[in-house]
Amino acid sequence: MSFKSRKIKFSISDLSLFYGDKQALFGVDLDILEQEVTALIGPSGCGKSSFLRCLNRMNDKIDNIQIKGQIALDGMDIYDRSLDIVRLRARVGMVFQKPNPFPKSIFDNVAYGPRIHGMANNAKDLDAIVHKSLQRAGLWDEVKDRLDNPGTGLSGGQQQRLCIARAIAVNPEVILMDEPCSALDPIATAKVEKLIDELREKLTIVIVTHNLQQAARVSQKVAFFHMGKIVEAGDTAEIFTNPKDERTQDYLTGRYG
Amino acid sequence: MTEKSSQHPSNFLTSKQLHKRRKAEQRFKAYGISTIIIVISVLLLLLTGIIFKGYSAFTKTEIALEIFYDPKVFKESIPKAILKMRDTGSLIRRALQKEFPDIKDSDEIRKALQLISPNARISLIRKVVEDPRLIGTTRLTWVSASDNINLFIKKPQQRKLPAYQRQLDDQKIAWIDQLRERKKLRQRFNVQFFTNGDSREPEQAGILGALMGSFYTMLVTLLLAFPIGIGAAIYLQEFAGKSRLISLLELNISNLAAVPSIIFGLLGLAVFLNFMDFPRSSALVGGMTLSLMTMPIIILAARAAIQAVPSSIREAAEGLGASRVQLVFHHIVPLAMPGILTGTILGMARALGESAPLLMIGMVAFVVDIPHTPLDPTTVLPVQIFSWLRNPEQGFIENTAAAIMVLLLFLILMNLAAIVFRKRFDHKW
Ligand SMILES: Nc1ncnc2c1ncn2[C@@H]1O[C@H](COP(=O)(O)OP(=O)(O)O)[C@@H](O)[C@H]1O
Ligand SMILES: [Mg+2]
Repeated sequence: MSFKSRKIKFSISDLSLFYGDKQALFGVDLDILEQEVTALIGPSGCGKSSFLRCLNRMNDKIDNIQIKGQIALDGMDIYDRSLDIVRLRARVGMVFQKPNPFPKSIFDNVAYGPRIHGMANNAKDLDAIVHKSLQRAGLWDEVKDRLDNPGTGLSGGQQQRLCIARAIAVNPEVILMDEPCSALDPIATAKVEKLIDELREKLTIVIVTHNLQQAARVSQKVAFFHMGKIVEAGDTAEIFTNPKDERTQDYLTGRYG
Repeated sequence: MTEKSSQHPSNFLTSKQLHKRRKAEQRFKAYGISTIIIVISVLLLLLTGIIFKGYSAFTKTEIALEIFYDPKVFKESIPKAILKMRDTGSLIRRALQKEFPDIKDSDEIRKALQLISPNARISLIRKVVEDPRLIGTTRLTWVSASDNINLFIKKPQQRKLPAYQRQLDDQKIAWIDQLRERKKLRQRFNVQFFTNGDSREPEQAGILGALMGSFYTMLVTLLLAFPIGIGAAIYLQEFAGKSRLISLLELNISNLAAVPSIIFGLLGLAVFLNFMDFPRSSALVGGMTLSLMTMPIIILAARAAIQAVPSSIREAAEGLGASRVQLVFHHIVPLAMPGILTGTILGMARALGESAPLLMIGMVAFVVDIPHTPLDPTTVLPVQIFSWLRNPEQGFIENTAAAIMVLLLFLILMNLAAIVFRKRFDHKW
């Protein structure tokens, strides 16, 4: 573990979330540090996705949803009225469980974000952004000859890396990933994990995963969710080797999940 | 097998039960096949009936006459407008007398004139207008035969009927036989059926007027119903949110799609004609009325298509920071478009076949002229079929059947287009 203290990217305090009458999160506190991978683990239905989606306000539009508490990105409340949600989503990108490329060409998939955010002044700039993003996502060599082919024609693993390329094309500061590998085979999973590790150099990553080995492999910090609360959070190595909470111990030893 | 089934009586069906099950399956299959056979044979019966009645409308009989283009009738210098009023009947009469020298009295000549379509006179004038050099010459000219002759030629079995049941007496039949022997009788493709407007004479009546009327009506319907329908669907689906007012609106749109079409005709009559005073019998008003009927269909189809766009695509776009409008116009509408178009085509096909609401707004008027703008009085194909069917003349029956064939052709084409759209743009997510 390095002693270099990292900046806090996301600071979440006392976050509660209600779907109608049903409460899904109970006063969650968590700090997410820059240039680290933070893994959210815990049994299914414990509120990991709900929490993750708060970070770029993806669940704003759900009927009867109620969110209380503070989420600060670089010290700025993201639920502040003055905040532009379009800007927020450009800063905090998202990768979903099931690869969801647009039914458009590979090029257009990656170019879509830069286009709507006006990031390229001309076609050459756009080409460069697409090239760089695909390269960072480790997909360039596989698709460089068929950028005009539909993104939906790629294999599952390639599609997921295309979605990551699409997300990093707008130069986000944070990428949220909700079980990005659960629909992929082991080889594709290994590629995505490698990619996550590389992206950490420049980005902050928050990843929900069901796979404890994966959390151990890719993350520096782990937060263990249980029934809408964070039971334990800290350095990955620490939690996996020496969990303090009984529930964490039970989960890690596979007693439930 | 028997051993096993005795060991696990609850897990295995006895062969008797299996047999019963298979029987039930076969019975069900047989029901299905027999319904399909019934449906197809009814359809075939209908189609063959129409085709059998109507195909003859696509041909017509012509008679060749030695017409002397008398300079006394056509004065070269007179303008076309007056030329039209010249009576060329005398030319035909003279030609007939020459053809049948045995004609004695005026009764007989009148009978001979009945062989020729009344419109032949106008066609002679048209010939002269096209080529003034005809004047003063004698030419063998093909003119349309009258309706009765036309039918007689197409249905020769009439000849065997007793005289009082026939429309032609022995003399006329004799004349026809003579003409045929002299090779002065021929069957031609009835171009006029596709180039003429309506007429009181079945052999002159064509469907171009109704076709153009249908075309303009559909154009107006499409221009109104398509953008408004899609706009409403997008708004309701993507922007309206949920409130009691919106649910009430949605419910009413669904109800509107089920309202009998004649009600829309009444509405058109009251609002567009009586209140707004738009031109009666025009394609504009017809189109506006039909668009009221088509719009709910398009809205429902468009909403279903928009709903079918998977939420993963929405999330992908929203996650990248697309605004609501960008999400809708970059992703949802393009992806929903095949479904929207399919629904639109089906709605338009229904509008094309609609006659009841158009009767209400006066599109059943007898219009000879072919409409040139959506403001001209006109009729449409289904209403034309309806009007022709009400005519007592035999010749209109085949016209009716032929017009039905044309209408069916268009409907089939539109439905095919809808199927092609659906197949062609079937997305794989
Ligand atoms: N849109 C929603 N409406 C109502 N309840 C929901 C919704 N999304 C999730 N929930 C509920 O909230 C709880 C947490 O769900 P989720 O955050 O998806 O858990 P996880 O991702 O950890 O499996 C679950 O009980 C789930 O049923
Ligand atoms: Mg989840």
